[in-house]
Parts: sequence; structure tokens; C-alpha cells
Amino acid sequence: MISAYIPIAIFVVVATGFAIFTLVFTSLIHPEKYNKVKLEPYECGIEPATDARDRYSIRYYLIAMLFVIFDVETVFMFPWAVIFDQLLLFGLIEMMVFIFILVVGYYYAWQKGALEWV
Amino acid sequence: MLVLIPLLPLLGFLLNASFGRRLGKSASGAIAVGAIALSFALSVGAVYRLVQLPPDARAIVQHVFTWITSGEFEAGFTLRLDPLSALMILVITGIGSLIHVYSTAYMHEERDAEYARYFSYLNLFAAFMLVLVLGANFVVMFVGWEGVGLCSYLLIGFWYQKKSASDAGNKAFIVNRIGDFGFLLGVFLVFVQFGTIDFQEVARAAASLSPETTFGAMSLITLLLFVGATGKSAQIPLFVWLPDAMEGPTPVSALIHAATMVTAGVYMIGRNAVLFSHAPETLAIVAIVGAATAFFAGTIGLVQNDIKRVLAYSTVSQLGYMFLAMGVGAFGAGVFHLYTHAFFKALLFLGSGAVIHALAGEQDLRRMGGLRRELPITYWTFLIGALAIAGVPLLSGFFSKDEILFRTYASGHTVLWVVGLLTSLLTAVYMFRLVFLAFHGERYVPAVGHRHAEDEAPVVPGDHGAPAAGMDRSGHPHGHGRPGERLHDAPAPMALALIALAAGSILAGYVGLPHALGGSAMLETFLEPSFTIAGAQDSGEPAAGEPGDSHAAESGQALELGLMGVSTAVALGGIAIAVFFFLRNRDLSGRVAERFSGLHTVLQNKYYVDEIYDATIVQPLHIVSEQGLWKGIDVRAIDGAVNGVAQAVGGLSERLRRLQTGSVRAYAASLFLGVVLILGYYVWR
Amino acid sequence: MPPGISLSDFYYILPEIVLTAGALVLLVVDARLPRGSRALTWVTMAVLLATAVSLVPFRNTDVEVSQGLLAVDQFALFFKVVFLVAAAMTVLMSERYLQVEGASFGEYYFLILCSTLGMMIMAGSIDLISAFVGLETMAVSFYILAGFIKPNQRSNEAAVKYFLLGAFSLGILLYGMSILYGVSGTTNLRTMATVFVGHERNPLLVLAVILVVAGMEFKIAAVPFHMWAPDVYEGAPTPVTAFLSVGSKAASFAMLLRIFVEGLPSMDADWRLLFEMLAIVTMTVGNVAALTQSNLKRMLAYSSIAHAGYLLIGVVAGTPRGISAMLIYLLIYSFMQLGAFAVIVMMRRKDVVGDELKDLSGLYHRQPFAAFAMLVFMLSLGGIPPTAGFMGKLWLFGAAIDAGYVWLAVIGVLNSAVSLYYYLRIVVFMYLKKETIGSEPTLSPALTLTLGVAVAATLVLGVYPGLLFDLAEASARTLGASGVTAAIR
Repeated sequence: MISAYIPIAIFVVVATGFAIFTLVFTSLIHPEKYNKVKLEPYECGIEPATDARDRYSIRYYLIAMLFVIFDVETVFMFPWAVIFDQLLLFGLIEMMVFIFILVVGYYYAWQKGALEWV
Repeated sequence: MLVLIPLLPLLGFLLNASFGRRLGKSASGAIAVGAIALSFALSVGAVYRLVQLPPDARAIVQHVFTWITSGEFEAGFTLRLDPLSALMILVITGIGSLIHVYSTAYMHEERDAEYARYFSYLNLFAAFMLVLVLGANFVVMFVGWEGVGLCSYLLIGFWYQKKSASDAGNKAFIVNRIGDFGFLLGVFLVFVQFGTIDFQEVARAAASLSPETTFGAMSLITLLLFVGATGKSAQIPLFVWLPDAMEGPTPVSALIHAATMVTAGVYMIGRNAVLFSHAPETLAIVAIVGAATAFFAGTIGLVQNDIKRVLAYSTVSQLGYMFLAMGVGAFGAGVFHLYTHAFFKALLFLGSGAVIHALAGEQDLRRMGGLRRELPITYWTFLIGALAIAGVPLLSGFFSKDEILFRTYASGHTVLWVVGLLTSLLTAVYMFRLVFLAFHGERYVPAVGHRHAEDEAPVVPGDHGAPAAGMDRSGHPHGHGRPGERLHDAPAPMALALIALAAGSILAGYVGLPHALGGSAMLETFLEPSFTIAGAQDSGEPAAGEPGDSHAAESGQALELGLMGVSTAVALGGIAIAVFFFLRNRDLSGRVAERFSGLHTVLQNKYYVDEIYDATIVQPLHIVSEQGLWKGIDVRAIDGAVNGVAQAVGGLSERLRRLQTGSVRAYAASLFLGVVLILGYYVWR
Repeated sequence: MPPGISLSDFYYILPEIVLTAGALVLLVVDARLPRGSRALTWVTMAVLLATAVSLVPFRNTDVEVSQGLLAVDQFALFFKVVFLVAAAMTVLMSERYLQVEGASFGEYYFLILCSTLGMMIMAGSIDLISAFVGLETMAVSFYILAGFIKPNQRSNEAAVKYFLLGAFSLGILLYGMSILYGVSGTTNLRTMATVFVGHERNPLLVLAVILVVAGMEFKIAAVPFHMWAPDVYEGAPTPVTAFLSVGSKAASFAMLLRIFVEGLPSMDADWRLLFEMLAIVTMTVGNVAALTQSNLKRMLAYSSIAHAGYLLIGVVAGTPRGISAMLIYLLIYSFMQLGAFAVIVMMRRKDVVGDELKDLSGLYHRQPFAAFAMLVFMLSLGGIPPTAGFMGKLWLFGAAIDAGYVWLAVIGVLNSAVSLYYYLRIVVFMYLKKETIGSEPTLSPALTLTLGVAVAATLVLGVYPGLLFDLAEASARTLGASGVTAAIR
């Protein structure tokens, strides 16, 4: 019984060990030279136009949330697709029901104006 | 059709409660009186049918519906009419009707809505009281038991604008809850012990056991039930609420706090006579508590100056008699006294109501006097009531009280008999003190312009809510007719009730005329089946005084006659003392009071029982749960709690409140702590 | 069709399907109708009614469906009826409240239906997984509902608190469940019951019991896991508070009974002791804390904590009689609690929040019917005959005595005596005080209906509780009927 948990124990040890090792090791070897560009929020070369603490339109979050919701729901389709050959018609109907419920939600959000950018 | 008997007053209640405000006085009065009068008519019919049955099968049972079934536990809403409940419903509906009639006049100065409210409560009370006495098992009885308590609470606090009235209501409610708690526990134990809560089955089960010689289950059960009885029937130690209950309208005092509700405890013991007679230990306690209460309350009644308070202590005292009878196993005698007492005590209360009515709210005996000439009807009826309660021969109180004393003596409780006799003396003295102070002598003349010291003392705020507010506290109450000004005697409905009750007070005793006086103790024979169980052994009542053994009966009769002589002498002696002190030599009584000022003060302050309870129970409770627990329903305390919870520090409730900081982190911590604590407990175990 | 699933399974979960479909229809209708249309109330009522009707064919069934995830038996049926009744009364009283608060109906009713669905799944679950899914469906809906009045700070605060603490307690619950799974190797409660038979007491299992109890006690708001309740009850919209204190509590009790009576009968010595202690503490703390509350919703929150304590007595007794007493008490409690909240909803006007004790003063002179209704509910909550609350308590305490827990019954009786003080305080304010606050409170037809039903039920069940008894008894028996449970008992 207990032996079944040995891989998990190894996993835990390796994961924490890796994190600790990385932090300690880099802090030991990295050079500390700062310049203006390096300290900017986005180190990708594009100059920040304003301060990062700015107001965003609430719409942004709404769209983002809707995206996340529908995005996550699609994740459920992967395991379904894997065993689709066993589920067959039953599985298809179940998935249709699932998608239908999503569509109703989508329709509702649409009708309520959640997708409109005023 | 038994169910109609309580149903009619309930209907009256519903009508008056829902439409009363729009009905006007005459309509709501008519509904209430009609409901109770019809109920009386039905009761008479039902009792008539009952009497037609052979004596050993006198019971009419109506199973209304199955109420609770739960495993082997079964309780139907079942009504049962037997001789005991027959007598009770006649008293409740009969005297109830008279008091309803009386109230139509007495409460006439109230506003329409209040008037309807009053009558709706009164009808509701009657309905619950009838359920109480007709119930065939403990649960139905408990419904009535709680219901009458609620009505009593509502009616005591009827003039809720008055602080003292709402306080008195609260006191009654709280004290009764203590009693009810005992009662409920007793019922639980009955079920645990016997597996049923039906009176008949419990009695049968108890009868099959032999009486307990030591303190056992049945003694515990009966003792708990008796705790309930002391609450409802105002016995030591729970009697404190009844005198305060006089804050209610006087007809309510007459109906609920004298004639019916307060006798519920006596009735309950009678109903469980078989159970109680198998627990001699409890019976002894019942007898001692009864006798002690009778004496104790009688002494307090001796010095009170509020007319209704005297009567209230007298009620407590007479209830003590009834418990004494129950305690010595003379259940029939106890119920007999209950029945006669209902007449004369209702009469006395209604008479005092008439006096108070005539004097526009005055209740202080020292401000009455000489009313005999101006209130002749009230005077003569009141006198009959006083003679009856004092135990003067040929009136109803004589027969019942004497029966109790005789049975006490015959059962060998000589000490209790002496206490009973002394109480009898006290009864005669305080009742005639009341009569002489109120009706004889000179009219009280209020001293103009300067306040008497006694104005301060026991002035009880007027009995009338709104009207009494007009009573001028500073000197002369107006409407308090000055000498020479005619007072109005009781108006017709009130006079009718007084006269009817006076007739009852004279005649009611003759149904129980003892063998010794050539009667046949009809009432007790009639009631007998209710106290025994068909086919079982007798519950161990003394054989003396029972027909059969002629020799024993003869010597018993001789003894009874002798004792009657003694108590007659005592009653007359008591009246003579009252004549001496309160009619002929009033100054002397004052001097005696001064001479024994210590005792007098103790009595005047009712042995400081209220203060003792306050110090030993109320204050500690206050500290435990500040205003919340004890005065939770007190209007003042509510305001206090609402406005100034911050000031009220130290209560448990308050501490709990403090814990509720509103911080989510604290809550999460408490959640976690809870788990840890429980876990710790299990590990430690 | 995959093994273990058959078409008949869909037949047995018809009520849940109807409810889900109804909720979806409601969303579509809401999207089509103009904002604030009152037709939505009646659509919601129709959905609830249709669900209730679809329960009818399952009066006498007793089957397991969906590979042993759900049981369709009378126990579940009884609870489903309670949930639907509670939901319907909540919907009826919500209309007025939402109008006054200016909130929209659609999402609100949808969430009420969703939480009802969650409750129904909880009551039917005989598997830890499905029970948890039901619990989450219910809980998440309630998190949103608690914060539904967006401009109201208290409402927001309530939602956040409820969510955070709810998540925390769910963590504890899940931890306990995972240990149960780890030890038994199954999530099915009925299988679990057989696994433990004859084994010696496993300390890990005790830990699991404690954790699951803690998680469930949070949901039923038992001390010491009750801290969230007063704050959330006070802040949440009043009808939501009503539904939370009735539906969520009842569903959690159903789940609790399923887990412990069906799943862990072999551990009954442990959980009984635990529930016994919790019942005593919960009753006492709830009642004592209620004494000094001046906010009605808070007072009722503590009162509902105390009632959780009374109900736990039934769990402790654990006999079919105790459980049936619990079921009856839950139904009775639903009526009186929802009724009391309906009165508070009525008190909410444009100019008055209406949830303070003093707001009730003089109600008798302004709304005699509402005052009378409140009187009945208060007497019933306090356990005074002839109301249903008295019968409920009588049964509960009677069951406790029957099972040998006399002491517990005594504490229960003492507690209900204490509770009368704060219930009667409300009566004093309504009947004996004259000064009134704000504009005249009015009853809408829907509110009148709610109050009428609640009063009628409270009185009728008080006078004639036999109506309920057979159903409750049969329900309680199905719970204890699974072979192992019966054998152990």
C-alpha cells in the first residue's frame, strides 16, 4: 500500500529540490549589473506608454472571463475525444447536450450585451 | 360532539380577533358571551348524557384525529369526558359565562378594538382551559396547559401601557415556564416509564404496580408533575406570580386567577390520582406544601391593604387547601373544594371589581369604608362570599373545607389538620377584615392639600387602563366620590353575575352534603370513578366516612360531626376577632400592629419572598446573561439592549457577540481551531 | 452505451433534467424579455412546479442509478420536496425585494434554480463524488446570490466572506473525503459501509470522520463552525438568507445523513459522540447569542444555528425514528423560517431597510395579518403548541429519549425555554409598541401567498402532523434499509 506512494514522494522531493536548487544556484552565480532598460517592467524592447497601474475598462475583464470559461470547457472535450471510440453514439449525444448548455450560456451572454464593446 | 365544547369559544376568539376592530362593542361582546354560553349549554347536554350511563362506565370519548404516531408512541387528539372533567367543564363554562356577562359592563369604557381584544383573549382562554380538562392524554393536556398560560400572560399584561402590568405578565410567564419545565420532564418520564401518555393507560399501568415504598421512578414522575402544578396553581415556591397577576382586569382575576386556570394543578393531580397514590412520598410532599402554602399565604393576606391582593393571597391559601386534600389522598374532597371555591372566589373577585368600578379604580382598602349603604347589591353578595369562604355552616365553603379537614384528620395527619384549622381561622379573620374595612365604618375622606404617607405606599395604579390614567395621584382622585355623592352600584350585567354567583356560593355545597349531615356525598361518589381504575384496588383512601361498614361509618360520622363543630367554632371565632379589631376597635388593631411591628413588617412585605428570589435567583441570572435572559421580554430591557448594548458588559451573550469580530481571518482560524480541538479531544481520549 | 449506464437512468433523474432544462429556458426567456419583467417569477414557479410534478412517478421507487452515483429513494424524495417548497417560497418573496433593491430577476432566479439542483443532487448522492459536485453546485450559486445586491456593501462583504470561508471548509471536507477514499478504496458510500465491517477501528478513519464532520458542520452552521453565519445572513439579500438558512441547511443534513448513516455506520460510536457534543454546544451558543441581537436577520441567524443544534439531536439518535423526526422538523422549520423571513422582506421599503428589531414596532396596528403571521412563526420557532414547531420538537426530543439520550432532550427543552425570550421580544415589539418607523409596509399578492402558505402549514402541521408522518417514516426507513446499516444496527 505505502509502496504505491513512493513515486509521489520522489516527485515531491525532486520538485522542491529543483526549486531550491535553482534559486540558490542562480543567486550565487548571477552578476548584479542593472541599467534603465533592464529595470523596465517589460523587458521586451517596447517602451511602456504609461504607468502599469492604470485603469482598464471593465469590459476587458468580462471578455477575458468569458474567454477563460469557454476555453476551459473545451478542455473537457479532450478526454472525451480519447475514448470516443468506446462511447460512440451515447458519447456523442452527451457531448451535444454539454455543448448545447454552453451555447445557451453563450447566447445569454450575447443577448445581455456582454460581448459588446461600448 | 365533545369537540364542539372547546371549539365554540375558539370560534369566538377567531371572530373577535379578526374582525373585532370593526364590530363595535355590542357585537363583539355578544359573540364572546354567545360562544361561551353555547359551550355551556353543550356541556350541560354532554354531562346529562354522561350521567345517564351506569356509574362504572361513565366516560364519553371522542377521538378527534390521530395526532402523532411515531413508532410505539401514539397520541391522538382525543377528548374524554368523565365525572372529573364533567365537573370541570361545567365550572369553566358556567362561571366563565357569568364572568363574560359581567365583563361586558366592566370593560365598557375601553375602546372598541381593546374591548374586542379583551373578549378574544377571554374566549381563547376558555377554549384552552376546556382542552386542558378534556384532554385524554398528557400531550393534549399540555396544549391546554401552555395555552392557558399564554392567555393568562396576555390578559395580565392587558393594560400593557402600564409598566407594572407588563412586568407582572412577564413574571407570571417566567415563573410558569419553570413549572412547565418540570411538568414536561414529568411527561417525558411518564412516557419512558410506561410507554404511553394516555391517562387511562398510565393509570392502568401504574395500578398494576405496587405503591412505591421508597423514592422511585413513580415518585420522581409525580414530583416533577407536582412542580408543574406548583407553578400553575401558585404554591410554594412558585406562588409569587399570582398576587402580581392582579394587575390584570378584575374579571380576569376572577376567571383565570381564582376560579379556573389556577386550579389546573389540582385537576392534574386528580386526573393522575392513581399515579400519585402509588407514590406516597410525593403525596406527603404535596400535603405538606399545600398546608404550608395555605397557612403562609393566609398570614400574608392578613395585612395586605390592596383589596385584590388580599383576595389573591386568599386564593393561594385556598389552593393550598386543595393540595392538602390531594396530598392526604382525599382527591374527591380536593376537587369538591375546587368546585365550591370557584363560586365564592369568583364572586368575591367580581364584588371587589364592582367596588373598584364604583370608586373609579381605587383598590386601597384604607380609602374605602362605609360602602355598605351605597353599594347594597355588592355588599350583600360580597358578604355571602365572605361567609362561604370563612366556612360558616350551611354555605358551600363549609362543606368542602370541612371535608378536607376531616379527611386530613382521619388519615392521621394531625399536625396538618391543626395547620389547616389555623388557616381556617386566618381565612375568617382576613376576609372579614376586608369586609369591615371596605363596607363598614365611615367613608374615607381624602385629606386635601397634603399627601398622606400612605399615599406613597401600596397605591396600586388604577385598575382601569386609560380611564384610570385620569386618577389624580397627588391628592384626590376624581370620580372617587366624596361622602354624600352617590356611588353607582353594579350595573345590570354585573349585578346579574354577582347574584347568580352568590346563589351558587350558598347552594353549590349541597351536592356534596356529607353522610354525617344526612346527605349522601353525591359529588364524591360521582367523582370516585375518575380517581380509580375500573376493576383495580382502591387507591388506599381511608375507609372512614365511606358507606358500607356501618360501625366504622357511625364512629366516623360522630368524629366528623365533632370536627365540624370545632371548625365552625374556629370560623365564627375568626369572624369575632375581625369584628373586635376591625369593626369595634379599629385603633386597637393599629396598636397591635405597632406592638408587633417586626412581624407586621415581615407580613406586609410578604416574607420578602420576592426580594429573596430577586437576590438569589434573579440577580445572579442577570449577571450571567444581563438583560437578555431574565428581562428579555421586558420592553425597557429591549430598549436598553437596542440602544446601549455597548454599556451592557459582562454577559455571556455579550461575550459571544464580541467573538463575532467580522474578520474573515479570525473566522477561518476558529474553523481550524474547531477541527484541532475535536481532534485533540479524540487523541487525548 | 457504456457499461453500467442504461437509458432508464435518464428516466430516474427526470426531475433533475426538468429542473436543468427549466433553468436554461429561464435564461433564454430572460434574454428575450425586457428588463424587470415580472413574468420571470411565474416562469420560475412553473419550472419548480414542473419539477415537482416530475417527482410524482418516483413515489415508491428505490433504485441506484448512474453506476451508483445517485439513489432515487424516498429519502431523497422527501428532501427534494422540501427543497422545491423552499425554493418556491423564496421565489415568491423575492419579487418584491428585488424590485425595491432594483436588481435584475433573470440571473437571480437562474441561480436559485441552480442551487436547488445542487441540493437535489446532494440529497440523492450515495457517492462522495456526486455529493461533492452537488454541494459545489449549490455553494457556488449561493456565493453569487449572497452578493447579488451589487451596490450594497454589506451584501458584497457577505459574499466574499462566505466564499472564502466556504472554500476553506470545502478544503477540509475534501481532505476528509480523500482519506475516506484512501482507506476504503471506494467513493461509493454503500460499498464503503461493507468495507469497514468487522475491521478494527482505524485512527486514520477517525481523522477522516472529524474532517468530514467539520466540513459539513460548516454548511449547517453548527458551533464552532458557525462564525460565518450571522455576518452572511445579515448581509445577504433577505430572500437569499431565507433560502440559505433553509435549503442549504436541509441539503447539508441530507448529505450528512447519507455519509454517516449510510456510509459509516461502523463508525457510529465516534460520530455520535461528536455530534452529541456539537449538538449541545450549538443549541446553547446559538440561543444565548441570539438573546442580545437587535438585528432581526442576525437574530434569526443565531436562531437557525440553534435549530441546527436541535436537528443534530436527531442525527445522534440515529434511529429511524430520530431521522424521521429530523426530516419532519426540517420541513416544519422551512415553513416557519421562510415565513419569518417573508415578513422581514415585507418590511423592506424604499425608505426603510426593515431588518432591525425596532422596525417591527407597531406592526400589529399597520399590518395585522403580517403581525399575526410573525406571531405564529415565533411561537412555532419557540416550540409552543399548537404550532408545528412544538410537534417537531416533541418528536425530536422524544426520539432522543427513545434512543437513550435523555440528557440531550433535557438540554434541548431548556434551550427552547431560553429561546422563547428573544422570539417573544419580537412579538412584544409588534404588538405592544406604538411608535412606527417609515412608510406603511405593504403586502404584495405574492408575499401574501407566501405568508398564507407558511402560516397555514405551521398551524395545520401543528394540529394535524399525521399528514407528514408516513412519508417521513418511510423516508427514514429507506436510509437505514441498506443491508449493512441494518445489520450493524
